[in-house]
Amino acid sequence: MVRGFAILLALQFLGEMISRGFGIPVPGNVLGMGLMLLALATGIVKVEWVREATDLLLSHLALFFVPAGVGVMVYFELIGREWLPIVVATLVSTFVVMAVTGWVALLLDRGRGGDAE
Amino acid sequence: MLNELLHSPLFGVGLTLLAYALGQKLYLRTGSIFFNPVAVSIVSIIVFLLILDIPYEVYAEGGQYVLFLLGPSVVALGVPLYTRRQEILARKGPILAGILAGSVSSVVSASGLAWLLGGSREVVLSLAPKSVTTPIAISIIEKIGGVAPLTAALVVLTGCLGAICGPEFCRLIGIRDLAAMGLAVGTASHGIGTARMLEIDRLGGAIAGLAIGLNGLATAFLLPLMFVFFR
Repeated sequence: MVRGFAILLALQFLGEMISRGFGIPVPGNVLGMGLMLLALATGIVKVEWVREATDLLLSHLALFFVPAGVGVMVYFELIGREWLPIVVATLVSTFVVMAVTGWVALLLDRGRGGDAE
Repeated sequence: MLNELLHSPLFGVGLTLLAYALGQKLYLRTGSIFFNPVAVSIVSIIVFLLILDIPYEVYAEGGQYVLFLLGPSVVALGVPLYTRRQEILARKGPILAGILAGSVSSVVSASGLAWLLGGSREVVLSLAPKSVTTPIAISIIEKIGGVAPLTAALVVLTGCLGAICGPEFCRLIGIRDLAAMGLAVGTASHGIGTARMLEIDRLGGAIAGLAIGLNGLATAFLLPLMFVFFR
Protein backbone atom coordinates (compact mmCIF):
# COMPACT_ATOMS: atom_id res chain seq x y z
CA MET A 1 0.00 0.00 0.00
CA VAL A 2 2.77 2.43 1.01
CA ARG A 3 4.85 1.49 -2.04
CA GLY A 4 1.82 2.12 -4.23
CA PHE A 5 1.24 5.61 -2.83
CA ALA A 6 4.95 6.42 -3.16
CA ILE A 7 4.86 5.42 -6.85
CA LEU A 8 1.69 7.44 -7.50
CA LEU A 9 3.12 10.56 -5.86
CA ALA A 10 6.50 10.14 -7.60
CA LEU A 11 4.79 9.93 -11.01
CA GLN A 12 2.63 12.96 -10.20
CA PHE A 13 5.77 14.85 -9.16
CA LEU A 14 7.46 13.90 -12.44
CA GLY A 15 4.34 15.02 -14.31
CA GLU A 16 4.36 18.38 -12.49
CA MET A 17 8.03 18.83 -13.35
CA ILE A 18 7.41 18.19 -17.04
CA SER A 19 4.28 20.39 -17.08
CA ARG A 20 6.01 23.35 -15.41
CA GLY A 21 9.44 22.83 -16.90
CA PHE A 22 8.19 22.90 -20.48
CA GLY A 23 5.25 25.24 -19.86
CA ILE A 24 2.76 22.62 -21.16
CA PRO A 25 -0.90 23.63 -20.52
CA VAL A 26 -1.71 20.06 -19.40
CA PRO A 27 -1.71 19.61 -15.60
CA GLY A 28 0.95 17.47 -13.94
CA ASN A 29 -1.51 14.85 -12.70
CA VAL A 30 -2.90 14.21 -16.20
CA LEU A 31 0.68 13.86 -17.50
CA GLY A 32 1.25 11.59 -14.49
CA MET A 33 -1.61 9.38 -15.70
CA GLY A 34 0.23 9.06 -19.04
CA LEU A 35 3.50 8.32 -17.22
CA MET A 36 1.74 5.60 -15.20
CA LEU A 37 0.52 4.02 -18.43
CA LEU A 38 4.05 4.20 -19.84
CA ALA A 39 5.65 2.78 -16.66
CA LEU A 40 3.23 -0.18 -16.68
CA ALA A 41 3.62 -0.81 -20.41
CA THR A 42 7.43 -0.85 -20.19
CA GLY A 43 7.36 -3.02 -17.06
CA ILE A 44 9.17 -0.45 -14.87
CA VAL A 45 6.15 -0.60 -12.53
CA LYS A 46 4.14 -3.79 -11.90
CA VAL A 47 0.36 -3.61 -11.51
CA GLU A 48 0.55 -5.52 -8.19
CA TRP A 49 2.72 -2.78 -6.68
CA VAL A 50 0.09 -0.10 -7.16
CA ARG A 51 -3.19 -2.03 -7.20
CA GLU A 52 -4.11 -1.61 -3.51
CA ALA A 53 -3.41 2.15 -3.39
CA THR A 54 -5.10 2.68 -6.77
CA ASP A 55 -8.25 0.74 -5.81
CA LEU A 56 -8.52 2.71 -2.55
CA LEU A 57 -8.21 6.09 -4.30
CA LEU A 58 -10.46 5.27 -7.25
CA SER A 59 -13.26 3.85 -5.12
CA HIS A 60 -13.40 7.20 -3.26
CA LEU A 61 -12.64 9.49 -6.21
CA ALA A 62 -15.90 11.44 -5.78
CA LEU A 63 -14.99 12.44 -2.21
CA PHE A 64 -11.89 14.35 -3.31
CA PHE A 65 -13.97 16.75 -5.43
CA VAL A 66 -16.10 17.94 -2.51
CA PRO A 67 -13.76 20.77 -1.31
CA ALA A 68 -13.49 22.14 -4.86
CA GLY A 69 -17.28 22.14 -5.11
CA VAL A 70 -17.69 23.98 -1.82
CA GLY A 71 -15.45 26.66 -3.37
CA VAL A 72 -18.38 27.58 -5.63
CA MET A 73 -19.85 29.52 -2.67
CA VAL A 74 -17.17 32.18 -3.13
CA TYR A 75 -18.62 33.00 -6.59
CA PHE A 76 -22.32 33.01 -5.76
CA GLU A 77 -22.62 36.73 -6.52
CA LEU A 78 -20.90 36.43 -9.88
CA ILE A 79 -23.15 33.50 -10.88
CA GLY A 80 -26.27 35.22 -9.50
CA ARG A 81 -25.77 38.23 -11.75
CA GLU A 82 -26.08 36.24 -15.01
CA TRP A 83 -27.75 33.08 -13.84
CA LEU A 84 -30.00 32.58 -16.87
CA PRO A 85 -27.38 32.28 -19.65
CA ILE A 86 -25.11 30.38 -17.25
CA VAL A 87 -27.70 27.82 -16.12
CA VAL A 88 -29.25 27.23 -19.55
CA ALA A 89 -25.90 27.02 -21.36
CA THR A 90 -24.41 24.66 -18.77
CA LEU A 91 -27.45 22.38 -18.68
CA VAL A 92 -28.14 22.13 -22.39
CA SER A 93 -24.49 22.00 -23.43
CA THR A 94 -23.65 19.16 -21.02
CA PHE A 95 -26.43 17.01 -22.51
CA VAL A 96 -25.42 17.97 -26.05
CA VAL A 97 -21.82 16.89 -25.41
CA MET A 98 -22.89 13.52 -24.00
CA ALA A 99 -25.20 12.86 -26.92
CA VAL A 100 -22.69 13.92 -29.60
CA THR A 101 -19.76 12.05 -28.02
CA GLY A 102 -21.70 8.86 -27.36
CA TRP A 103 -23.48 8.77 -30.71
CA VAL A 104 -20.31 9.46 -32.76
CA ALA A 105 -18.49 6.66 -30.91
CA LEU A 106 -21.39 4.21 -31.32
CA LEU A 107 -21.87 5.05 -34.99
CA LEU A 108 -18.19 4.49 -35.81
CA ASP A 109 -18.06 1.37 -33.65
CA ARG A 110 -21.03 -0.08 -35.53
CA GLY A 111 -19.59 0.98 -38.88
CA ARG A 112 -16.32 -0.75 -38.07
CA GLY A 113 -18.09 -3.90 -36.86
CA GLY A 114 -20.10 -3.93 -40.09
CA ASP A 115 -16.97 -3.76 -42.24
CA ALA A 116 -15.37 -6.63 -40.40
CA GLU A 117 -18.23 -9.00 -41.07
CA MET B 1 -10.33 27.69 21.86
CA LEU B 2 -13.16 26.92 19.44
CA ASN B 3 -11.71 29.39 16.99
CA GLU B 4 -8.34 27.65 17.18
CA LEU B 5 -9.92 24.27 16.45
CA LEU B 6 -11.87 25.72 13.52
CA HIS B 7 -8.59 26.75 11.95
CA SER B 8 -6.99 23.32 12.37
CA PRO B 9 -7.28 20.77 9.52
CA LEU B 10 -9.48 18.69 11.83
CA PHE B 11 -12.50 20.87 11.04
CA GLY B 12 -12.30 20.89 7.25
CA VAL B 13 -11.29 17.23 6.88
CA GLY B 14 -13.81 16.08 9.47
CA LEU B 15 -16.69 18.07 8.02
CA THR B 16 -15.92 16.80 4.51
CA LEU B 17 -15.80 13.15 5.57
CA LEU B 18 -18.92 13.47 7.71
CA ALA B 19 -20.91 15.18 4.94
CA TYR B 20 -19.77 12.58 2.40
CA ALA B 21 -20.57 9.64 4.68
CA LEU B 22 -24.06 11.06 5.27
CA GLY B 23 -24.42 11.77 1.54
CA GLN B 24 -23.55 8.18 0.70
CA LYS B 25 -25.97 6.84 3.29
CA LEU B 26 -28.75 9.03 1.91
CA TYR B 27 -27.91 7.87 -1.63
CA LEU B 28 -28.02 4.18 -0.65
CA ARG B 29 -31.22 4.63 1.40
CA THR B 30 -33.18 6.52 -1.25
CA GLY B 31 -31.52 5.03 -4.33
CA SER B 32 -32.33 8.31 -6.04
CA ILE B 33 -29.81 9.79 -8.48
CA PHE B 34 -30.78 13.26 -7.25
CA PHE B 35 -29.11 12.44 -3.94
CA ASN B 36 -25.69 12.14 -5.58
CA PRO B 37 -23.18 11.98 -2.68
CA VAL B 38 -20.89 14.67 -4.16
CA ALA B 39 -23.71 17.13 -4.81
CA VAL B 40 -25.35 16.44 -1.42
CA SER B 41 -22.01 16.89 0.41
CA ILE B 42 -21.25 20.15 -1.40
CA VAL B 43 -24.70 21.64 -0.76
CA SER B 44 -24.85 20.56 2.91
CA ILE B 45 -21.35 21.89 3.67
CA ILE B 46 -22.15 25.23 1.99
CA VAL B 47 -25.43 25.53 3.95
CA PHE B 48 -23.62 24.59 7.18
CA LEU B 49 -20.89 27.20 6.62
CA LEU B 50 -23.40 29.90 5.68
CA ILE B 51 -25.60 29.28 8.73
CA LEU B 52 -22.66 29.40 11.15
CA ASP B 53 -21.13 32.27 9.18
CA ILE B 54 -17.82 30.45 8.71
CA PRO B 55 -15.84 31.75 5.68
CA TYR B 56 -14.82 29.32 2.92
CA GLU B 57 -11.14 30.00 3.66
CA VAL B 58 -11.50 28.54 7.17
CA TYR B 59 -13.06 25.34 5.79
CA ALA B 60 -10.42 25.14 3.04
CA GLU B 61 -7.61 24.89 5.61
CA GLY B 62 -8.73 21.30 6.12
CA GLY B 63 -10.46 20.85 2.76
CA GLN B 64 -7.17 21.26 0.92
CA TYR B 65 -5.92 17.98 2.41
CA VAL B 66 -8.88 16.10 0.94
CA LEU B 67 -8.43 17.92 -2.37
CA PHE B 68 -4.74 16.93 -2.38
CA LEU B 69 -5.69 13.29 -2.92
CA LEU B 70 -7.28 14.20 -6.25
CA GLY B 71 -3.78 14.48 -7.76
CA PRO B 72 -2.60 10.89 -7.15
CA SER B 73 -6.12 9.66 -8.00
CA VAL B 74 -5.84 11.06 -11.52
CA VAL B 75 -2.44 9.35 -11.83
CA ALA B 76 -4.11 6.15 -10.58
CA LEU B 77 -6.51 6.25 -13.55
CA GLY B 78 -3.54 5.08 -15.63
CA VAL B 79 -3.87 1.62 -14.02
CA PRO B 80 -7.37 0.64 -15.28
CA LEU B 81 -6.36 2.15 -18.64
CA TYR B 82 -3.42 -0.24 -18.74
CA THR B 83 -5.26 -3.35 -17.54
CA ARG B 84 -8.08 -2.75 -20.05
CA ARG B 85 -5.77 -1.57 -22.87
CA GLN B 86 -6.85 -4.25 -25.36
CA GLU B 87 -10.51 -3.29 -25.23
CA ILE B 88 -9.59 0.39 -25.43
CA LEU B 89 -7.11 0.04 -28.30
CA ALA B 90 -9.64 -2.00 -30.25
CA ARG B 91 -11.89 1.07 -30.18
CA LYS B 92 -9.30 3.82 -30.55
CA GLY B 93 -10.89 5.27 -33.70
CA PRO B 94 -14.41 5.70 -32.26
CA ILE B 95 -12.94 6.92 -28.96
CA LEU B 96 -10.80 9.65 -30.54
CA ALA B 97 -13.55 10.76 -32.95
CA GLY B 98 -16.12 10.86 -30.12
CA ILE B 99 -13.90 13.00 -27.89
CA LEU B 100 -13.02 15.38 -30.73
CA ALA B 101 -16.71 15.83 -31.63
CA GLY B 102 -17.54 16.27 -27.95
CA SER B 103 -14.86 18.90 -27.45
CA VAL B 104 -16.01 21.03 -30.39
CA SER B 105 -19.73 20.66 -29.59
CA SER B 106 -19.09 21.65 -25.96
CA VAL B 107 -17.39 24.93 -26.83
CA VAL B 108 -19.88 25.82 -29.57
CA SER B 109 -23.05 24.93 -27.62
CA ALA B 110 -21.99 26.42 -24.26
CA SER B 111 -20.62 29.72 -25.57
CA GLY B 112 -23.19 29.95 -28.37
CA LEU B 113 -26.18 29.53 -26.05
CA ALA B 114 -24.82 31.99 -23.50
CA TRP B 115 -24.21 34.50 -26.31
CA LEU B 116 -27.74 34.04 -27.70
CA LEU B 117 -29.21 34.54 -24.22
CA GLY B 118 -27.42 37.83 -23.83
CA GLY B 119 -24.53 36.72 -21.60
CA SER B 120 -21.69 39.17 -21.16
CA ARG B 121 -18.41 38.61 -22.99
CA GLU B 122 -16.74 37.36 -19.81
CA VAL B 123 -19.48 34.77 -19.18
CA VAL B 124 -19.45 33.59 -22.82
CA LEU B 125 -15.68 33.11 -22.69
CA SER B 126 -15.69 31.54 -19.22
CA LEU B 127 -18.25 28.93 -20.31
CA ALA B 128 -16.18 27.71 -23.27
CA PRO B 129 -13.99 25.17 -21.39
CA LYS B 130 -16.70 24.07 -18.90
CA SER B 131 -16.40 20.36 -19.82
CA VAL B 132 -12.65 20.32 -19.25
CA THR B 133 -10.99 19.29 -15.98
CA THR B 134 -10.32 22.32 -13.73
CA PRO B 135 -6.53 22.69 -14.05
CA ILE B 136 -6.63 22.52 -17.87
CA ALA B 137 -9.71 24.79 -18.02
CA ILE B 138 -7.91 27.44 -15.96
CA SER B 139 -4.85 27.46 -18.19
CA ILE B 140 -7.09 27.67 -21.29
CA ILE B 141 -9.11 30.56 -19.84
CA GLU B 142 -5.96 32.50 -19.07
CA LYS B 143 -5.12 32.26 -22.77
CA ILE B 144 -8.47 33.37 -24.22
CA GLY B 145 -9.29 35.91 -21.48
CA GLY B 146 -12.28 34.78 -19.38
CA VAL B 147 -12.73 34.90 -15.60
CA ALA B 148 -10.77 31.99 -14.07
CA PRO B 149 -12.77 31.67 -10.78
CA LEU B 150 -16.06 31.67 -12.71
CA THR B 151 -14.74 28.95 -15.02
CA ALA B 152 -13.70 26.88 -12.00
CA ALA B 153 -17.22 27.16 -10.57
CA LEU B 154 -18.83 26.25 -13.92
CA VAL B 155 -16.56 23.23 -14.30
CA VAL B 156 -17.70 21.90 -10.92
CA LEU B 157 -21.38 22.54 -11.73
CA THR B 158 -20.96 20.71 -15.04
CA GLY B 159 -19.27 17.81 -13.25
CA CYS B 160 -22.09 17.47 -10.73
CA LEU B 161 -24.68 17.58 -13.48
CA GLY B 162 -22.92 14.80 -15.40
CA ALA B 163 -22.55 12.72 -12.24
CA ILE B 164 -26.18 13.16 -11.22
CA CYS B 165 -27.88 12.35 -14.51
CA GLY B 166 -25.18 11.40 -17.05
CA PRO B 167 -25.63 7.61 -17.11
CA GLU B 168 -29.45 7.87 -16.99
CA PHE B 169 -29.49 10.44 -19.80
CA CYS B 170 -27.20 8.22 -21.90
CA ARG B 171 -29.52 5.20 -21.46
CA LEU B 172 -32.48 7.40 -22.34
CA ILE B 173 -30.97 8.39 -25.70
CA GLY B 174 -29.82 4.88 -26.57
CA ILE B 175 -26.19 4.90 -25.39
CA ARG B 176 -26.29 1.66 -23.41
CA ASP B 177 -22.84 0.35 -24.29
CA LEU B 178 -20.82 0.98 -21.08
CA ALA B 179 -17.65 1.97 -22.95
CA ALA B 180 -19.50 4.58 -25.05
CA MET B 181 -21.33 5.75 -21.92
CA GLY B 182 -18.02 6.24 -20.07
CA LEU B 183 -16.68 8.15 -23.05
CA ALA B 184 -19.73 10.43 -23.15
CA VAL B 185 -19.85 11.07 -19.40
CA GLY B 186 -16.07 11.60 -19.09
CA THR B 187 -15.94 13.96 -22.08
CA ALA B 188 -18.92 16.00 -20.86
CA SER B 189 -18.23 16.09 -17.13
CA HIS B 190 -14.55 15.19 -16.49
CA GLY B 191 -13.52 13.81 -13.07
CA ILE B 192 -16.78 14.14 -11.16
CA GLY B 193 -18.64 12.29 -13.91
CA THR B 194 -15.79 9.74 -14.04
CA ALA B 195 -16.22 9.05 -10.32
CA ARG B 196 -19.87 8.14 -10.97
CA MET B 197 -18.92 5.96 -13.99
CA LEU B 198 -16.37 4.07 -11.85
CA GLU B 199 -19.23 3.08 -9.53
CA ILE B 200 -21.13 1.62 -12.48
CA ASP B 201 -18.39 -0.10 -14.46
CA ARG B 202 -14.58 -0.27 -14.29
CA LEU B 203 -14.05 -0.23 -18.09
CA GLY B 204 -16.50 2.65 -18.51
CA GLY B 205 -14.71 4.45 -15.68
CA ALA B 206 -11.28 3.87 -17.24
CA ILE B 207 -12.46 5.23 -20.59
CA ALA B 208 -14.04 8.22 -18.82
CA GLY B 209 -10.64 8.81 -17.20
CA LEU B 210 -8.97 8.69 -20.61
CA ALA B 211 -11.57 11.15 -21.90
CA ILE B 212 -10.66 13.67 -19.14
CA GLY B 213 -7.10 13.88 -20.45
CA LEU B 214 -7.88 13.72 -24.17
CA ASN B 215 -10.79 16.19 -24.06
CA GLY B 216 -8.55 18.53 -22.07
CA LEU B 217 -5.84 18.26 -24.72
CA ALA B 218 -8.24 18.64 -27.66
CA THR B 219 -9.97 21.68 -26.13
CA ALA B 220 -6.64 23.29 -25.16
CA PHE B 221 -5.57 23.12 -28.82
CA LEU B 222 -8.92 23.80 -30.55
CA LEU B 223 -10.44 26.52 -28.36
CA PRO B 224 -7.88 29.29 -29.02
CA LEU B 225 -8.29 28.53 -32.76
CA MET B 226 -12.10 28.71 -32.56
CA PHE B 227 -11.98 32.03 -30.74
CA VAL B 228 -9.81 33.58 -33.44
CA PHE B 229 -13.05 33.91 -35.45
CA PHE B 230 -14.97 35.28 -32.47
CA ARG B 231 -12.77 38.36 -32.04
